[in-house]
Amino acid sequence: MSADLSYPAAPFSEAAEQLRTEVRAFLAEELAGVPPLVRAKSWNGFDAAFSRKLGARGWIGMTWPTQYGGHARSNAERYVVVEETLASGAPVAAHWIADRQSGPLLLRYGTEAQKQRYLPGMAAGETYTCIGMSEPDVGSDLAAVRTRAEPVEGGFRINGTKLWTTNAHNAQFMLLFCRTSGTPADRHKGTSQILVDLSLPGIDIRPITDLAGERHFNEVVFDDAFVPADALIGAEGNGWEQVMSELAYERSGPERFLSSMALLVEMTRLLGTTPGDAAEAAVGRLVAHLMTLRRMSRGVAAMLENKQDAGLHATIVKDLGALFEQEIPDIARQLIAVAPNAPATREFGKLLAYTVASVPAFSLRGGTREILRGIIARGLGLR
Amino acid sequence: MNDVLEILTETATRLFEQKAGDDAARAARRGELPESVWDAVAEIGLPFALMPEEAGGFGLAEADALRLIRIGGGFGSPVPLGETMLANAMLAAAGLPPADRIATFAELEDAHVVREGDGWRVSGRASGVPWARHAGTITLLGGGHIIAARVGDLAVTPGEAGNGLARDDLEIDARLPADQVAPRPARFDADAVEAAGALMRALEMAGALQTVLALTVQYAGERIQFGKPIAKLQAIQQQLAVVADQCAAANAAAELAADAWDGDTSLLGVAVAKARVGEAAGIAASIAHQVHGAIGFTEEHRLHLFTKALWSWRDEFGSETVWQRRLGKAALAAPGDGFWPFITAPTVLEQAA
Ligand SMILES: Cc1cc2nc3c(=O)[nH]c(=O)nc-3n(C[C@H](O)[C@H](O)[C@H](O)COP(=O)(O)OP(=O)(O)OC[C@H]3O[C@@H](n4cnc5c(N)ncnc54)[C@H](O)[C@@H]3O)c2cc1C
Repeated sequence: MSADLSYPAAPFSEAAEQLRTEVRAFLAEELAGVPPLVRAKSWNGFDAAFSRKLGARGWIGMTWPTQYGGHARSNAERYVVVEETLASGAPVAAHWIADRQSGPLLLRYGTEAQKQRYLPGMAAGETYTCIGMSEPDVGSDLAAVRTRAEPVEGGFRINGTKLWTTNAHNAQFMLLFCRTSGTPADRHKGTSQILVDLSLPGIDIRPITDLAGERHFNEVVFDDAFVPADALIGAEGNGWEQVMSELAYERSGPERFLSSMALLVEMTRLLGTTPGDAAEAAVGRLVAHLMTLRRMSRGVAAMLENKQDAGLHATIVKDLGALFEQEIPDIARQLIAVAPNAPATREFGKLLAYTVASVPAFSLRGGTREILRGIIARGLGLR
Repeated sequence: MNDVLEILTETATRLFEQKAGDDAARAARRGELPESVWDAVAEIGLPFALMPEEAGGFGLAEADALRLIRIGGGFGSPVPLGETMLANAMLAAAGLPPADRIATFAELEDAHVVREGDGWRVSGRASGVPWARHAGTITLLGGGHIIAARVGDLAVTPGEAGNGLARDDLEIDARLPADQVAPRPARFDADAVEAAGALMRALEMAGALQTVLALTVQYAGERIQFGKPIAKLQAIQQQLAVVADQCAAANAAAELAADAWDGDTSLLGVAVAKARVGEAAGIAASIAHQVHGAIGFTEEHRLHLFTKALWSWRDEFGSETVWQRRLGKAALAAPGDGFWPFITAPTVLEQAA
């Protein structure tokens, strides 16, 4: 009942702070002249050339073993690269999912052959993945998954539709969560994960335009698509456990509170050094939230490094992080008057409109606010 | 957690559990001192926890010692543990001996501290000083000096915080012997004294929030409506999750400040903590009362021992707004491209404020 809601302090790492200087210098050069409106896309911004450059520097798959193309560096160092790229609005979408979860998933559950085949390309910033969990009738209730991979001679035959699949149109592979036996009524049982090569026949990828006008997520239709048996990740029937193991990684990173950074940075630029008491207090409040969230998120990284269970702690970071990201545009429009096309705020106005239209997703993607709070309530012993 | 801290945390928690029941918290809210609680706290040496080992401390890092203040907050702070710990730390920094018993601290306004014979003439005033009426030693900072005033050296006019805890006014105009006065230690300038108070309240609030969460979770599990515990209702679960969120953030912010306290960014850490924890206090207290229904709105129920404390403490030593403004000013010293570097490598707040 009295859950421990303390977060350890992440230990200071000299190596990580040195790396920060290096990463900042690299990003300053790479992103010179990139306007805030482009930076605002951040982890939705797809740029394969940029991902390859990051890979060449050894900044993707940083914590993975060197024999798979990784760099055997600490989580603290990886955290620095992730937060610096996000805070500067670097286009990280291409390699993002492989680096954050598909790679670690393969390391944990993949066969030796799978690790050797996929991980080096991921770490090089050349192999991209997407996550196929949601479906038209399967949102929060993921265990109701319907897409089927029927075991057949030599592999699986896949039928069904995945929806909202971010980057399916850019990625070579999908980490597909599907049913390999039983029916949706069996819930968690009979589910599996398959690494699907999206260039195979029988797969149709249809982009969907979002609220902000972006085309980053998709509908992916499988019509008798055949994948070989060695595409199965982990054990058949173990899909639910595997998917859940990804969640602590997915829910506590700096991407869970830095999504509105471009707007926040530009807001402070327009406010200048002495905007008056009210604006100073408003900025100070956001600083207090941001520094606290960062401490919590780094604390979760430290817990994961020590192999501690961080599920509840990570969920709290994501819930609070989304609130923070979502209120930034509201605060910005209170502090800075933006009239349509007014010369002084023309660019800022576009950035504000883009961010306003982006934030509703922040408490949906990766688990909705209500689902997260249900998990927290369970952690409190209420369910 | 290191061994010494672990043992102290356990010992202190057990001590408060056994000695500091609601009676003690209620007595403190009538302006009284629950003597037996203080005696127990003093017996295990907690008042000296922030002092160096050679001066009678446990040899704990300051960051660890400060965490003990949070434990007291979880029991509604029935005794001035934080006040005494910090006052003793200020005295130690000036090379003065620690207080025999209870101590508190304050910035002395209209301070005049001048030589008189082989001693000092000290005059000035302070208002809303926590627990002053019960303090044997009142650590006053002002006029370039630190003064270890004794009860008989000054006039105390009782006052109270919003929840009834003693917050007294002081006036001093006395001739004090040389060994009660020392040059003000550089570490405790005026900002640092206010910050010490804010840090103490932030830690106590983090502790009280943990108790508010526990009480509310427990009550929701016991209260039956519509044939089942209200804890089974999703509307209640979602609200309690918000309390847990705020509790977690408050803990993290208070610990951030405790960890920064002995370094260059101490003021910045306190600003983050007082601003963030104060906000958490308001949100959590309001939900806790909603979930408790009418019973939580009574004097008899113990919830208010914590919620009214939260409402009082968030205003003491600078409200959220005060600390937010200092933080905002500091961050805006380098707006735009300087914003993120400020977040990751905080500069010294003193320079901007
Ligand atoms: C920008 C974006 C990118 C995405 N990218 C991907 C991706 O790459 N891969 C992928 O698989 N999915 C992706 N998703 C889908 C995302 O995972 C789902 O949106 C999410 O799981 C919620 O499902 P849903 O949208 O169907 O909403 P629903 O589950 O239908 O929920 C609708 C509303 O009902 C509430 N609700 C549902 N169940 C409960 C309950 N038990 N208790 C209380 N309230 C409840 C929800 O909280 C929500 O408010 C993405 C979504 C967005 C917005």
